[in-house]
Amino acid sequence: MKTPAIRVRGLDVAFGARKVMDGLDLDIRRGEVLGFVGASGAGKSVLTRTILGLQPKQAGVIEVDGRDLDKLTAQERGRVERGWGVLFQQGALFSSLTVRQNIEAPMREHLDISPALRAELAMLKLRLVGLPPDAAAKFPSELSGGMIKRAALARALALDPGVLFLDEPTSGLDPISAGEFDALIATLQATLGLTVFMVTHDLDSLYAICDRVAVLGQGRVIAIGAIAELLQSEEPWIREYFHGPRGAGRGAPAKRRMQAS
Amino acid sequence: MSETPSADIVAETGATRVAYGGQWTIEAGGRLEIVARRVDDLTDAGEAVLDLSRLDGLDTAGAWVISRSRDRLEESGRGGRIVGARPEHATLLREAAYAPVDPGPATHRGAASLLGDMGESVYLAGRDLVAGLDFIGRIVVVALKGALRPRRWRLTSVAFHLEHMGLRGAPLILMINFFVGAIIAQQGVIQLSRFGASSLTVNLVAILTLRELGVMLTAIMVAGRSGSAITAELGAMNMREEIDALRVMALDPLEALALPRLIALIVALPLLTFLGDIAALTGGMLVTWGYGGVNPHAFWGELQYPISVTRFLSGLGKAPFMALVIGVIATMEGFAVQGSAESLGRRVTASVVKSIFSIIVLDGLFAMFYAAVNV
Repeated sequence: MKTPAIRVRGLDVAFGARKVMDGLDLDIRRGEVLGFVGASGAGKSVLTRTILGLQPKQAGVIEVDGRDLDKLTAQERGRVERGWGVLFQQGALFSSLTVRQNIEAPMREHLDISPALRAELAMLKLRLVGLPPDAAAKFPSELSGGMIKRAALARALALDPGVLFLDEPTSGLDPISAGEFDALIATLQATLGLTVFMVTHDLDSLYAICDRVAVLGQGRVIAIGAIAELLQSEEPWIREYFHGPRGAGRGAPAKRRMQAS
Repeated sequence: MSETPSADIVAETGATRVAYGGQWTIEAGGRLEIVARRVDDLTDAGEAVLDLSRLDGLDTAGAWVISRSRDRLEESGRGGRIVGARPEHATLLREAAYAPVDPGPATHRGAASLLGDMGESVYLAGRDLVAGLDFIGRIVVVALKGALRPRRWRLTSVAFHLEHMGLRGAPLILMINFFVGAIIAQQGVIQLSRFGASSLTVNLVAILTLRELGVMLTAIMVAGRSGSAITAELGAMNMREEIDALRVMALDPLEALALPRLIALIVALPLLTFLGDIAALTGGMLVTWGYGGVNPHAFWGELQYPISVTRFLSGLGKAPFMALVIGVIATMEGFAVQGSAESLGRRVTASVVKSIFSIIVLDGLFAMFYAAVNV
C-alpha cells in the first residue's frame, strides 16, 4: 500500500490533567476525502490543530509523506506547510485586506511571481470557488457567511496545496448553499487531485462527498471506513449518530449522489 | 519535484512544436512566467503546436499560463493547438483556463487629493466636536434617568473599573510624577542658584505641579492607559456583535457600558491626581535636599507660602473635566469601530491622540479662565 499523505501514530494531547487525545492513530490516504466526526467537545478541532502544529502534543508521531514532522528542519517544515491549505471554521480572512489581497497574501509571501500574474491567479481561484469577480475588491466584513467560506477556500487554494483541511466547511450555511459547497469541494478535489480532511457535523456532506469517515471517541478513532460500513456498526454512539432522529430517513449514499447530479 | 519548467521550441515542416517539460507548478514561481513569455512571443514561421505529452506536473498556476500562451497565439493567428495532454491535465486546463482579468480602476493620488484630504479632515474634526457634544448630552440624560432609579446603578461595574483604572494605575502615576517633580526641582536648583534664589525652587515645584503638571501628566497617562483600554474593549465588543446583543435585550449600551466607565474615570482621575501631586512634591523635596541642601522640614515649611487651598483645588478641579473628555472620546471611538482589525487599531490610536490633544487644549482654557477670575 502507498504511504498515506498523513499518518498519525500514538498521539497524546492533554490540557492540564484532561487528556483529549489518548494514543490516537489515523491515516489520511492520498487523494481521498476523509470525513471526521465526533461528539461536540470530543476534540475534532484539537486533532486538526495538532496536525497543523498549532497545538503542542505530549506524545506521538505525525508523518507527512512518510517523514516525521518533528525531525524536519524549520525550512523543510515550512515547505511541507506550504503544501497545506486550511479553511478555518470562521474563515479567518484578514479583515483589513480585500478578498483579492487575502488570496494574494500567501503568494506574495512565498513566491517571486509578478504582481500581474499574482492578480490573475487570485482571480482564477475566485472563479474556481464560484465567486463573482466583483467580490475581489470587497472586504470580509462586507461578505455573507457563504461568501466568506468561499473566499477563505480560495485563499486556502492559493498555493495549490496537495492537502486541504476543512473545519466545519458547511456549518452556518443554508442547506442549498451547503449542498453547493459540498459539490464545489468534490469538483475541486477531482480537478486538482486534492487530499481532503474534513471535520464536519453535516450528515449530508458525509454522504455526498466523503470516501471514508473516521469517528472520534474517548480520545481515539473508534471506527473508520466507508459510510456504508459505519452504518452497520454496533457501537452505540455511531448507531445514535447515523440512525438517530436527525440521521434517519437518509437513503443509500449512491442513491443520494444520483439525486444530487 | 525539483524539475524546473521548460518549453523546447522545435521547428518542424510547416509548424513549430513547443514541447513542454518539467513541473509546471506554482513552486517554480517566476520561472513559469519567463518560460511562458518565450512561448507567447514565438515568431517562428508556421502554426504553433503546444505539446504537453512530456509534461511531468501541472497545477492551476501552470494550467493558467499555458492556456494564456494558447490564447495569445490563437489571437494573433499563430495556431496554439494543444496536443498530447493527459486526461488530468486536460481537466485542469479546462477548469483553470485563462480569461482576461480586469486590473481594476487605478487610483491616482496627486496634490489635489492631498488638499481634499486636508479639507476632509478639518470637516471631520468639526463634526467630531458636534458629535462629542451630542454624546455628552445623551450621557447626561442617561445618567439623570439612572440616578432616579438606584436599583439600576451598576455599582459592581463601577467598582471593577475603578480598581482597574485607579488602583492598578496608581503605581505608574506615582512613579511618573515623582520623577517629573524631581527633574523640575533639579533644574530649579541649578538655574535659580545663579540668582541666589534657589530657595524659590520650592515655589517652582509646588506651583508647577499642583496647578499644571500634576493633573496634566496624570490625565495623559490615564488617557494612554485606560482610554485606550476602553476603546479596544468596546471596539472588540462591537466587532463581535456583543453591543447589538445588548441592544436587543432592550439595554442601552450607553447606560450599561459607557456610563460605568465614565463614572469610574471621573472618580479615579482626581484621586490619581492627588497621589501624583504628593509624589511630585516628594520627588522635588528629595532633590532640593540633595542638591540644594534644603532639609525636608524646611521644605514642608516653605511649601505653605506658595500653596493656598484655592491653588491646590485649582489643579485638582480640572481632573474631573479631563476625565470626562477622556471617557467621552474613548467610548465614542470604541462604538465607532467597524469590522476589521485595522479599524480597531485606528480607533484606539485616534482615541489616545484626541484625548491627549483635548487635555492640553482644556488645560489652556482653564489657564485663561483662572486668569480671568484671579485664582
